[in-house]
Amino acid sequence: MTDQHEGQPKRSLSWVEFLIERAIQVSGISAIILVVLIFLFLIKEGTPAFMEVPLSGLFATRWYPIEGYYGLLPLIMGSLIVTIGAAVVSLPLGLATAIFIAEIAPDWVRNILKPFVEVLAGIPSVVIGFIGMLVFAPLIRVTLDIPTGLTAFTGVLLLAWMALPTVVSVAEDVLDAVPKTYRDAGLALGMTRWQVIWRIVLPAGRSGVLMALMLGVGRAIGETMTVMMVTGNAARMPVGLRDFFMPVRTMTATIAAEMGEVAHGSPHYHVLFAVGLTLFVITFAVNIAAASVVFRQVKRAERMLA
Amino acid sequence: MTRTKPPRLSRQTSQRIAFALITLAAIVVVAPIFFIVGYIVYQGISAISWEFLTAYPHNGMKEGGLLPAIVGTLWLTLGTAVVAVPIGIGAAIYLSEYAKDNALTRAIRVAIINLAGIPSVVYGLFGLGLFVIFLNFGTSILAGSLTLGIMTLPVIISTAEEALRAVPQSFRLVSVSLGGTRWQTIRRVVLPQALPGIITGVILGLERAAGETAPILFTVAAFFLPRLPKSIFDQTMALPYHLFVISTQVPGMPIHIQYGTALVLLIFVLSMNVLATLIRNHYRKQRFW
Repeated sequence: MTDQHEGQPKRSLSWVEFLIERAIQVSGISAIILVVLIFLFLIKEGTPAFMEVPLSGLFATRWYPIEGYYGLLPLIMGSLIVTIGAAVVSLPLGLATAIFIAEIAPDWVRNILKPFVEVLAGIPSVVIGFIGMLVFAPLIRVTLDIPTGLTAFTGVLLLAWMALPTVVSVAEDVLDAVPKTYRDAGLALGMTRWQVIWRIVLPAGRSGVLMALMLGVGRAIGETMTVMMVTGNAARMPVGLRDFFMPVRTMTATIAAEMGEVAHGSPHYHVLFAVGLTLFVITFAVNIAAASVVFRQVKRAERMLA
Repeated sequence: MTRTKPPRLSRQTSQRIAFALITLAAIVVVAPIFFIVGYIVYQGISAISWEFLTAYPHNGMKEGGLLPAIVGTLWLTLGTAVVAVPIGIGAAIYLSEYAKDNALTRAIRVAIINLAGIPSVVYGLFGLGLFVIFLNFGTSILAGSLTLGIMTLPVIISTAEEALRAVPQSFRLVSVSLGGTRWQTIRRVVLPQALPGIITGVILGLERAAGETAPILFTVAAFFLPRLPKSIFDQTMALPYHLFVISTQVPGMPIHIQYGTALVLLIFVLSMNVLATLIRNHYRKQRFW
């Protein structure tokens, strides 16, 4: 950046400015370019899988790539179980924590708590997987008296906990966004603080709570290292409730565990990219849905102000 | 939503029960953070020594230190910054200062939300497909930094945009009314005011990148490499991947070395977190608007 002195001809300045502003515009649309690029590359490397492996082979229940079995159902089921379980556990906990931080805790507690939730967001997933494997899984094995602690259940609890910073921060924003006049009106009618929270604040912010849930799901389904380390990675087809306490294998863990060892261009390689493409499409859909909730909420707020 | 019948419990009792449950939930959420950090410090502190930080691993990584992994993570963090910071801040300036409320801007916002939601292992696949194979960078610091940089971009864009938008509109009006062009206004007025917020966001983004394992699995990480990388086309070890390797792939690994490695990684990322918080608090106090 050249320093512009007083009286310097304006033309050379606008020259620099022109270039800078173009660079800024290109950076501005970089996000669109990158999303498209990622999508195209996953398609380019993933779609050959559908030519090389018949559809009936992909939608089968056996994943054993060494012998050419590429049934994706156990992996999809594994991801579904762990993700839905994590969402179910983390939504009430996250919402309660957000209510505690935003509505109940005294200021000094809030000032301690908020950075701690941020610390949780900063702990690398490999560290949580490491502790989960060494401390948490043995605890679950002994407590529930099952053959191994590396189960879907273990993954659910850890993932739920890891998704909390996302759920808490979104839920907090939601609670903050409910106008103070709503609360004052409730209190003026003689409601207790809890009645105000339960009957006024939460219903007013319910679309935002839905968004917190969706973003939590998005976070949980993409988590890789922790699930790979604590869920045991057995690509079995889960059939009953009992399987909740047995090892499972998720889509993310499969990619992470196997991509390093496959030959570039082999059917296995293409199938793993197809799994990545599936994950991309799922998270894309979840995030579009979450974003549309936000946009709708803005419109509603504008309507109320008008 | 509205209930006509009076609840059975008195209003005060139900409030007391609800608040107790909520407080309990908050404790359930926060207590394990203390436990995990405390337990890793307790178990790992005995492994920490000057040698542990400055020596190469030897004897099948069961002895020696972490030097190549620490240096590798520093390289990758720096590389991520080089990739993500200019583009991220540029995009934030565009969104905050230039973008009109139109379809393109909405598309950019949707793209950023999606970029933030893509699973880290899918970034790894993308990096493998584009940088390692298609552009032929090989498994290298260059490929890894580009992958991590793209992954970090949405964090930096969102936080930097928030910092830029927080600068009061009146500052811009004054600059423009004094004859400043749009870029002069941004460069001399808006950016300096937003800088602390931007730096905080950048550090938080880099913190996340430094702790990531999945995106570097196929793009840069080496299982064991008894030397330091010489150029950006070299592979390197990295702390998060090293922790994964010694805790799952190497049988008979001494437990204190595992915890020591986890502790070093934790200190590395959490000190970035603390730094970001300090910068934010420091400048928030100094701010006169």
